[in-house]
Amino acid sequence: MKLTLKIWRQKNASDKGGFVAYPIDGISKDMSFLEMLDVLNEHLTEKGEDPVHFDHDCREGICGMCSLYINGKPHGPQQTTTCQLHMRSFNDGDTITIEPWRAKAFPVVKDLVVDRSAFDRIIQAGGYVSVRTGGVPDANEIPIPKTIADLAMDAAQCIGCGACVAACKNASAMLFTSAKISQLALLPQGQVERKTRAEKMVAQMDAEGFGSCTNTGACEAECPKGISITNIARMNREYFSAVVSSDNL
Amino acid sequence: MILDSKIPAGPLAEKWTKHKFSSKLVNPANKRKYDVIVVGTGLAGASAAASLAELGYNVKAFCFQDSPRRAHSIAAQGGINAAKNYQNDGDSVYRLFYDTIKGGDYRAREANVYRLAEVSVNIIDQCVAQGVPFAREYGGLLANRSFGGAQVSRTFYARGQTGQQLLLGAYSALSRQVATGKVKLYPRTEMMDVVVIDGQAKGIVTRNLITGAVETHAAHAVLLCTGGYGNVFFLSTNAMGSNVTAAWRAHKRGAHFANPCFTQIHPTCIPVSGDHQSKLTLMSESLRNDGRVWVPKTQETAEKLRKGQIKANDIKDEDRDYFLERKYPSFGNLVPRDVASRNAKYVCDEGRGVNETGEAVFLDFRDAIKRDGRDVIEQKYGNLFDMYMQITGENPYEVPMMIYPAVHYTMGGLWVDYNLMTSVPGLYALGEANFSDHGANRLGASALMQGLADGYFVIPYTLGDYLASIPPKKVEEDHPEFAKVKAEVEGRIQKLLSINGTKTVDYFHKKLGKIMWNECGMARTAEGLKKAKSEIQALRKEFWSDVKVLGANEELNQSLEKAHRVADFLELGELMVDDALNRNESCGGHFREEYQTPEGEALRDDENYAYVAAWKYMGEGVQEELDKEPLVFENVKLTQRSYK
Repeated sequence: MKLTLKIWRQKNASDKGGFVAYPIDGISKDMSFLEMLDVLNEHLTEKGEDPVHFDHDCREGICGMCSLYINGKPHGPQQTTTCQLHMRSFNDGDTITIEPWRAKAFPVVKDLVVDRSAFDRIIQAGGYVSVRTGGVPDANEIPIPKTIADLAMDAAQCIGCGACVAACKNASAMLFTSAKISQLALLPQGQVERKTRAEKMVAQMDAEGFGSCTNTGACEAECPKGISITNIARMNREYFSAVVSSDNL
Repeated sequence: MILDSKIPAGPLAEKWTKHKFSSKLVNPANKRKYDVIVVGTGLAGASAAASLAELGYNVKAFCFQDSPRRAHSIAAQGGINAAKNYQNDGDSVYRLFYDTIKGGDYRAREANVYRLAEVSVNIIDQCVAQGVPFAREYGGLLANRSFGGAQVSRTFYARGQTGQQLLLGAYSALSRQVATGKVKLYPRTEMMDVVVIDGQAKGIVTRNLITGAVETHAAHAVLLCTGGYGNVFFLSTNAMGSNVTAAWRAHKRGAHFANPCFTQIHPTCIPVSGDHQSKLTLMSESLRNDGRVWVPKTQETAEKLRKGQIKANDIKDEDRDYFLERKYPSFGNLVPRDVASRNAKYVCDEGRGVNETGEAVFLDFRDAIKRDGRDVIEQKYGNLFDMYMQITGENPYEVPMMIYPAVHYTMGGLWVDYNLMTSVPGLYALGEANFSDHGANRLGASALMQGLADGYFVIPYTLGDYLASIPPKKVEEDHPEFAKVKAEVEGRIQKLLSINGTKTVDYFHKKLGKIMWNECGMARTAEGLKKAKSEIQALRKEFWSDVKVLGANEELNQSLEKAHRVADFLELGELMVDDALNRNESCGGHFREEYQTPEGEALRDDENYAYVAAWKYMGEGVQEELDKEPLVFENVKLTQRSYK
């Protein structure tokens, strides 16, 4: 395959940045999208040009490190992570536009690499059950209905890649935040801190500068792990009931 | 040098309890005066950092990824073993211990493995309490599945994403400690060296991957939880960033490196599709619960298959060779990984491989789907099937999967004693980074178990014993040794940037990978290993004179990061070859063609090789020295491993 890549290049956070076009040839349909970029980077390095920087690690669709806004969609045309996207999704002669995630709370570090530490801080605000190591009951002491455990698992599958934020016109992090709030609100282990958790995580999400949710559903449509927007509805219920009967008065 | 494993005396089942009691304690008020560095935030690192912070120590946690949640433990699929015996099928701590020792082909320490089995039950309790959504049965209790090398169902799982859920559990515990201020996080920061003062580890030197700043960090103890070195093969199931640098720098500062040639080749990975390939993707071992492994009975049929003249589903049952079920009737498709991999290689070497390259066998779900229905199979393995479809473009619900072995895990690693301390006092290694529990072959679902056992339940006790022996006086970074090591790191960075040769870092990495896979992979010979040694030496020389690393240090520079890692792989590769050459026997994942039984099984030599080979660094370009730690078996009888 022969392609033209229009890639966002930005030297560092303070650089203005802009698109650069790179023609590329000899791409096989079996390559993954990131392997295609590897090929480009090998060419660039051989020519003495700075390779394109992008985040990636496991290349199995689970670590959540890869990102990329491809032809106007986070993770490209398929509902999967960029590392699992293969070149058979494109046609010979295509022009592919590649940008970083765009959100105020995800500043660009270099080229296609952004800073997603805001997500870590949202989890630090309350995305856990406060148990210490040791001194916990036997794992089978509290039975959990399979349907509930499955729903919790559906929410827990979030990989924290940030595609939901990139997809949202308001750059809202509601899908990410609600997935963790849902998981723990559904399980008996999460009940004690249920209210505080919802309040604190939502407050942190707002403090990081993420936008609000206007229910367009773009996040769900683009989520590579199929996290459902019903989690956002659950988070809203959790949040409002927490606020009216807050433990933190 | 005599390596003291510090295995406590007394009966096997009482060793750990006694050891915990006889270990010294740090009183609660003094704990806040001790600083601990944890490098790596996978299962071992995150669980250790969280648990130590909960105890009151001041922890600094480092990872090269943008968030601790990205560590490669996240990619573990199938499950985690624990001797809960919830299935009433005869499991016990002793059985898990026995299976693990036997699975490791009798090359692990009894005491360590027993402790691992003992604390395995606590891990499941801990994870459930954190809100890890393990699979459950309709009655609400936890579900189990079977894994290779065991005849009981003791594997707990969360769909095909067990590693993800366990890591997110540990990450949440870590995040809680970050919020309390007891842990300070350093993401996108790579450890470049260890600082050893008067024979004790006192800190590390790091590079900030965004700004390039080289910094020093002092502490009373340093924990390396930095994973394995499978990427020395270039193609492996490891993440792209997984590397040996932290462990290797520790080795060069005096920590022994044990059994480096013990590498695990996982039987069920998606086959290589071309030269462009950057990594290999694992299909969980759990698939062997329901999938049947086969190739055509004859070469002629396989030939037709490769040419596309017939399809897999056209081949009748009587023309198929379910070779694992045929050769190992009692374990069938669930033989341990080393056995399954080797047999896949044999049938492909015979010309019965099933894809274009001739290097693939089938993993077929036809019968399971017929028996249980598609829904049940989808429930169990849906995400794995989707992943397979995404990568290969084929639908495994309709046609059999094609699989081939690939490098997956490294049993070898930094030598540690019973306390997980390396041969440098104050320097510890946890999880895959150490060598301790899996012998020459790791059983499936045991890596997660070991990572969390080390971090949650071992190091909180054993570290206290060491810290109680040193004064709680602040370790100062103004000691000249810090400046010296920092200058060395900076010198190396400048050297890499100034070579300005003609070949990219990947060129060298791929070349090294080919040498390692061909000569130090699934089958090894003395002759091949000797050849590999000289090839690696030549390649290393070429690297240091002709590598091209662009850009500067003071920016995000992924080529520079990679150059550092590959430079270390080029040294480690040679040690792996030395170790494989030294071990004149076959055991577990280490298969020397000269040493096999008439049926082609691994032939151990217990008389001469029942020891841990611990290598000591002697200086640049000097042959490393071998120190042997004899393995003493008081409880199990060493036998030829049989899964027939």
